[in-house]
Amino acid sequence: MSKTVLSVEQLSKQYRLGEVGTGTISHDLNRWWSKVRGKEDPYLKVGETNDRTNKGTSQYTWALQDICFDVKQGEVLGIIGKNGAGKSTLLKILSKVTGPTKGTIKSRGRIAALLEVGTGFHPELTGKENIFLNGTILGMTKKEVKSKLDEIVDFAGVERYLDTPVKRYSSGMMVRLGFSVAAHLEPEILIVDEVLAVGDAEFQKKCIGKMGAVAKGGRTILFVSHNMGSVKSLCTQAILLENGQKVFEGSVSDTIAKYVINKVNTSEKGIIDSKMRKMQSDETLIQRIAMLAEDGTIIEELYYKQPIDIKVNFEANQTIKDALIDIMIISQEGIIISHYMNTMNGYDPFVVQKGDREIMVRLNNDLAPGNYSITVGIHYSNGLTIEVVEDVYSFTVLKASLNENGHYPYEWSHGYLHPKAEWKLI
Amino acid sequence: MTNNSNSEPWDEIVVPKNSLLKLNLKEVWKYKDLLTLFVKRDIVAQYKQTVLGPLWYFIQPLLTTIMFTIVFGKIANISTDDLPHTIFYMAGVVNWAYFADCLNKTATTFKDNQQIFGKVYFPRLIVPLSIVTSHLLKYGIQFVLFLGFYIYFILIGANIHPNEMALLFPVLVLMLAGLGLGFGLIITSYTTKYRDLVFLLSFGVQLAMYATPVIIPLSKLEPKYQRLMELNPMTSIIETFRYGFLGQGTFSWGALAYTGIFTIVLVLAGIVIFNKTEKNFMDTV
Repeated sequence: MSKTVLSVEQLSKQYRLGEVGTGTISHDLNRWWSKVRGKEDPYLKVGETNDRTNKGTSQYTWALQDICFDVKQGEVLGIIGKNGAGKSTLLKILSKVTGPTKGTIKSRGRIAALLEVGTGFHPELTGKENIFLNGTILGMTKKEVKSKLDEIVDFAGVERYLDTPVKRYSSGMMVRLGFSVAAHLEPEILIVDEVLAVGDAEFQKKCIGKMGAVAKGGRTILFVSHNMGSVKSLCTQAILLENGQKVFEGSVSDTIAKYVINKVNTSEKGIIDSKMRKMQSDETLIQRIAMLAEDGTIIEELYYKQPIDIKVNFEANQTIKDALIDIMIISQEGIIISHYMNTMNGYDPFVVQKGDREIMVRLNNDLAPGNYSITVGIHYSNGLTIEVVEDVYSFTVLKASLNENGHYPYEWSHGYLHPKAEWKLI
Repeated sequence: MTNNSNSEPWDEIVVPKNSLLKLNLKEVWKYKDLLTLFVKRDIVAQYKQTVLGPLWYFIQPLLTTIMFTIVFGKIANISTDDLPHTIFYMAGVVNWAYFADCLNKTATTFKDNQQIFGKVYFPRLIVPLSIVTSHLLKYGIQFVLFLGFYIYFILIGANIHPNEMALLFPVLVLMLAGLGLGFGLIITSYTTKYRDLVFLLSFGVQLAMYATPVIIPLSKLEPKYQRLMELNPMTSIIETFRYGFLGQGTFSWGALAYTGIFTIVLVLAGIVIFNKTEKNFMDTV
């Protein structure tokens, strides 16, 4: 059994909504007065769950509420959740950038937080000077940086520019240098935000590899990301945050599955409500998306290799002469599996007359068994977007097939696509 | 085994509010390398791509002294304790400038460093400490300028009689830095919430110069104003400096002790308030 290196107990963080500064004196005085009388802070009692979509009545909101979790040594914990779920706030408190309103955090060993790469880089200083500056900002001593200097430079691949001010660096070089310093920190607990979303693909791969190596070295990592792919490949455990509360904790695949189920807004009959609209304009209004079986009933489960029939109902408030409709199939990790457009294969854009319209599309089903969702967009053929609804229709591809010999035979399934294949032994 | 390892004490416990008296100086010491690098950054970054480099620091005290000499010395004809106008004013201007720099720059610590502070933790006190240290270089250069004029005036036989109190110089510098730092820490802590103080500061420092014997020597004031000016902790620093180096001025151990105690209390209070603010300032700044 490895020891617990980080213990978070009933952590809560309250923020004040609206403009800071107006009425702060009166609130401060009020707080002070309750303190003098030995009463609890009057503003800590109010505040409600952090749901952005409801206006709420209180001026205060809980960005985090009663978060508890323990992290064991060597564990790689993923923290996932929608935007505004409280991930960044949690990271900020863990990295001591801001303090909690309630609760405690106990830790063993040095914590280093990587909320941004290249923090404190000064444009006028040379690469080498910035390595030292950035390293010490992140908590290393000069001696430690010196002993790792060669490795850092090598990893970033900037030998030639070492004595050039970083203001002459390309942004990619800057990011590489920043990550390289951070990667050589060697703290007992490393907290990483979605900084990996920067840099080119090759460097991203290098970063993920480096983090994996760090984790294998017995160090503890807390990793926050929207990219379910990297969470899945890196983390062993995960917690799911929603509206400032921890809603799930468990193995990484269970948590991701939970996240996706939560994330997809399944309106029972595929009716789109205002929350699901990602981009919107006056020209059209997508009202309903549905997946249909042969007999026209709405379904959420597809048999293996059963063709996908999607129906989109929308209202056009004016005639659109060159409508481009696109449909994406999204995996539960948030990856776009395939992207279809009505203008592919030499077809012309649709001429959409004003009024209620319906689009039907049949897609070949090459999907591997698993959970998926749909994104639908309406655009002009020049690429200008009219309306997009995202992640609106979750559906499952089953292992069972309509064809008795066509069942998917195994317990497990890798990847997302099972295109037709012909095998021969010669 | 599990029990054993889990009963190990925690290295660090983060709670909503720390005790007021926890000054965190031990942690600051752990980050001393960062302090030196910040100082280096501030100094190096300032002169990159300039031709004259640190020589620019001569300009400001030189012009101020010339202006004071013309306006207050020649036109208004304010007495300078029988000292040459130029050296009298320069002694005041150079010392005042260091205090004012420390104050003005530390007073915007939180505002100027939001970017870094929002992304990474280190003891925030490092930043004001590095400001005070890096301005010491500027002060040193300006002090050399002062010494140049000083030697010139001694050589031409002006009425200058240095004495052993000049040896108090390091103590005076420490007190200048302490006063600037202490006031700065308090102001920057409150400006995170109440921006009003920024406006107050910009002309407050200018006005305070006139409440300090930079232009008018303490001895030339009416007694009731003298008492008032002695309340200003900067007064005894400037007067002691002039008394030690130039041989004219009002010196008393009592006044110096007053400033010393004032400085220590101010710095401690500043650190306490600053530490209290640093924890949650990101939410209000």
